Amino acid sequence: MLQGLCKFHRRFAGALLPFAARPLTLTSSAHVLRANYGSATAERRKFYQDVSISQGEGGLFEINLDRRKLKTPGGKLFTVPNEALAIAVATEWDAQKDTLKFYTMHLTTLCNTALDNPTQRNKDQMISAALKFLETDTICYRVEDPPGLVELQKNEWDPVMDWIEKRYNVIIGSSSSIMGPQIPEETKETFRQHLESYNLWSLTGLEYVISQLKSVILSFGLIDRHLTVEHAVLLSRLEEEYQIQHWGNVEWAHDYDMYELRARTAAGALFVHLSSESSTLKKKLLRD
Amino acid sequence: MAALSSPLRICRSILKELRYLKGPEYKGTMMYSYVLEQFRKNQVTSERYCRAQREAVHMSHTYQCLLESTRHHLELHNHYHGKGERSTQEAASLVGLRLPAQPGGKGWED
Repeated sequence: MLQGLCKFHRRFAGALLPFAARPLTLTSSAHVLRANYGSATAERRKFYQDVSISQGEGGLFEINLDRRKLKTPGGKLFTVPNEALAIAVATEWDAQKDTLKFYTMHLTTLCNTALDNPTQRNKDQMISAALKFLETDTICYRVEDPPGLVELQKNEWDPVMDWIEKRYNVIIGSSSSIMGPQIPEETKETFRQHLESYNLWSLTGLEYVISQLKSVILSFGLIDRHLTVEHAVLLSRLEEEYQIQHWGNVEWAHDYDMYELRARTAAGALFVHLSSESSTLKKKLLRD
Repeated sequence: MAALSSPLRICRSILKELRYLKGPEYKGTMMYSYVLEQFRKNQVTSERYCRAQREAVHMSHTYQCLLESTRHHLELHNHYHGKGERSTQEAASLVGLRLPAQPGGKGWED
């Protein structure tokens, strides 16, 4: 068994290494660059000096690395709908030092997802996927023990619950049973209708935020600017924070997770706001 | 909602993060001019409640959080996980095991 495993490992490592060490392939003839993104954790040598943006066809913004245009992993031209997002993405590429750390470039990742739509889903499917989290929403599930945590959940989560029930005029409720609360169909219908107004890009961002926070309610709180990123992340990690207070903080696990969660959540929220405001931004630019 | 800090402070923090990213030449970046332009544009003279301004403050705060958290996360990542995964040999020796060196040797199973 061990023998087989070792053999497998050798073969696997052998197959991977030359790939990882391979330099980036540039299709320079077409003056278009397809960055070899590789896996999420792989790092690649930085192969460019200057990062700039330009406005191409249809008013979409493109990212230029030296004189080449950036492409998505799927091979499409990398374009974003407005200047703010383009500058933010360009800043991510510009901030890379010797190696490209794709796991720190959250906005680029989100744009790639929206452009390539790797799972090939339509709007309805994305809305359903996002709302599926409501049934198992973090802040709907309460503990019965220990008393300190019960009180903490009540004090911290109830105000957000009250806010969303008033804001959308819905009933959600919370429960300490493993089955969770019975959420009425009308509630889901209300959220579904609300999400219909989102475009594909902002839905991509919203779904990302929801899957990070493990909560539809907290995500709406953040997107509707009722909560800050820090607060939403704190509420999402409430039980962990409670345990930290009791047992102490471990930097390489707790802080590491928290900063990663904050960064991802912030990127998702920013992505939603930037991609749903492209029309108003354009209007402003025209007026100026 | 937790009180947002003043626009001026958020603006300063964003610029500070840009300096962490780009060093002394951070003033030449696109983001530097964009952030300053946005903050100037959104300055209002009256203290009246302004929705657009509040949205801008929230967004800039989110961006500041993105930059700061990414920096902290990367620092911790380099500190604790920077070397990548351990090799099979290292992982085995952590728990006092050795990889088999030759067929039939210690730790070798058929």
